[in-house]
Amino acid sequence: MPVSPPAPPILSVANVSKTYEGGFQALKAIDLEIARGEIFALLGPNGAGKTTLISIICGIVNLSSGKVTVDGHDIGRDFRLARSKIGLVPQELTTDAFESVWDTVSFSRGLFGKKKDPAHVEKVLRDLSLWEKRDNKIMTLSGGMKRRVLIAKALSHEPELLFLDEPTAGVDVALRREMWEVVRKLREAGVTIILTTHYIEEAEMMADRIGVISRGELILVEEKAELMRKLGHKELTLQLMEPLERMPAGFTEFDLALSPDGRSLTYSYDTNAERTGIASLMRRLAEEGIRLRDLSTKQSTLEEIFVNLVEERV
Amino acid sequence: MNYTAVAAIYRFEMARTFRTIMQSIISPVISTSLYFVVFGAAIGSRIQEVDGVSYGAFIVPGLIMLSLLQQSLTNAAFGIYFPKFTGTIYEILSAPISPIEIVLGYVGAAATKSIALGLIILVTASLFVDLHIEHPVWMLLFLVLTAVTFAMFGFIIGIWADGFEKLQIVPLLIVTPLAFLGGSFYSIKMLPPFWQEVSLVNPVVYLISGFRWAFYGSSDVSIAVSLGMTLVFLAATLAAVTYIFRTGWRLKS
Ligand SMILES: Nc1ncnc2c1ncn2[C@@H]1O[C@H](COP(=O)(O)OP(=O)(O)O)[C@@H](O)[C@H]1O
Ligand SMILES: [Mg+2]
Repeated sequence: MPVSPPAPPILSVANVSKTYEGGFQALKAIDLEIARGEIFALLGPNGAGKTTLISIICGIVNLSSGKVTVDGHDIGRDFRLARSKIGLVPQELTTDAFESVWDTVSFSRGLFGKKKDPAHVEKVLRDLSLWEKRDNKIMTLSGGMKRRVLIAKALSHEPELLFLDEPTAGVDVALRREMWEVVRKLREAGVTIILTTHYIEEAEMMADRIGVISRGELILVEEKAELMRKLGHKELTLQLMEPLERMPAGFTEFDLALSPDGRSLTYSYDTNAERTGIASLMRRLAEEGIRLRDLSTKQSTLEEIFVNLVEERV
Repeated sequence: MNYTAVAAIYRFEMARTFRTIMQSIISPVISTSLYFVVFGAAIGSRIQEVDGVSYGAFIVPGLIMLSLLQQSLTNAAFGIYFPKFTGTIYEILSAPISPIEIVLGYVGAAATKSIALGLIILVTASLFVDLHIEHPVWMLLFLVLTAVTFAMFGFIIGIWADGFEKLQIVPLLIVTPLAFLGGSFYSIKMLPPFWQEVSLVNPVVYLISGFRWAFYGSSDVSIAVSLGMTLVFLAATLAAVTYIFRTGWRLKS
């Protein structure tokens, strides 16, 4: 049976570096490929270079070296083809003031060379709960509503690759939920999404793959599940029958911590280690006559993984 | 060519104009009328005919040029400065449009507005003096060329400016004085020979002279030189804009 070649990536970033005018190097030799249809979360602390990377791909910032292609089209040479596939929702709330919602969204569609399509614009506005506000001037809208307008503008020209730069920063819970819903719908429609976020649970919930960027370096790109598995530390919490006054001697080989009230012990272990050490810990506890009331385990969250990763680097 | 995008920018800019349509029209009509009252009636009654034209009629081309230069420049400058200032320029930069298309949209709209204003001033002027245009086609050609050239100039200033002061300083400190000294209200032939020579380095002299020739068939410098110089200025602004987009100067970091 003939094997179909692997689908070319919708986005390919090869060896991209960026040094700003003042001499500050914001990106260091970034390599990244994004498959069509996936949701990719770019995580990193403030100033890591997330916005810079997105801005380069979208044509807002010049790259210093390297190569970027979108669906096979070079962003420099074939900028028309490359950019027409991209929708960008910027981090900052940069909107017009005096235009109506309808006009500004229609303007974006025109700017991307797409024929007028009121039905599509209507659908986008309805999906984002902006339909009632379509004739309002943008400056009369709340921050959350403006954020929706920016998303509507990006979706007006039916992008195949959508960038959401911190879409839920400073956004209330209801709107955040709604945005996740929008992302889910877009994914079902086959849109590739790259988002940056500070909310790690958001990445955990939405993304298929996660990249961690720190000080201009992409220090890790991994399937979310794989990442959780690989770096997943688990914690085993042991509830004790009788409280302990201090950590009993002879447990130094274990990463154990006694709670302040002495009623529970917490054991941290690596799920990938050849031996988790749980069996021998249990044996030792029994030998010492420490009896257990209950026990529970907890998988570390991405946030913890992330903090560990970045701290390791520093 | 992404004509849809050009049209989108053009319409966006024109909509901006129409939101303030009353002040866009009323203020030039009022200021033109004032110029006629002051220069035409009060001073003009004491001035002989210039080149066989009554003084009131003589200043009409200069008055139109004065407004045309200011309006083309400030409109185009604001048009591109504002999205830079608010940050909405991100959308223009990330859209699949070429520099030429961006310029066509912004400069086209700014020029359209100032041409319309020029024609409004022309109509207002005709209420005060007997107007007779000898070469209407040339008149329109100069009107369009000048509007486009100064809109390009304004576009460059809008990109260069990093504050509102800079945006205002060029029209105020450069263009208006050049227009006044460029023969808006007098023929440079009235100046002493030395100042006539000095005037010839003022680009606005050529614009006004050519424009006035289209009205009355007489001019300070020959029509060919006027046209040639106008085209040179246009080419210079085109070269500057090409450079700006090639390097991303003041647009991209
Ligand atoms: N136009 C610029 N000129 C100089 N330095 C910049 C510019 N834009 C961003 N930087 C710097 O580059 C680094 C990365 O910024 P950015 O990409 O915005 O990070 P992030 O989006 O991850 O918070 C920061 O240190 C920032 O100060
Ligand atoms: Mg950012």
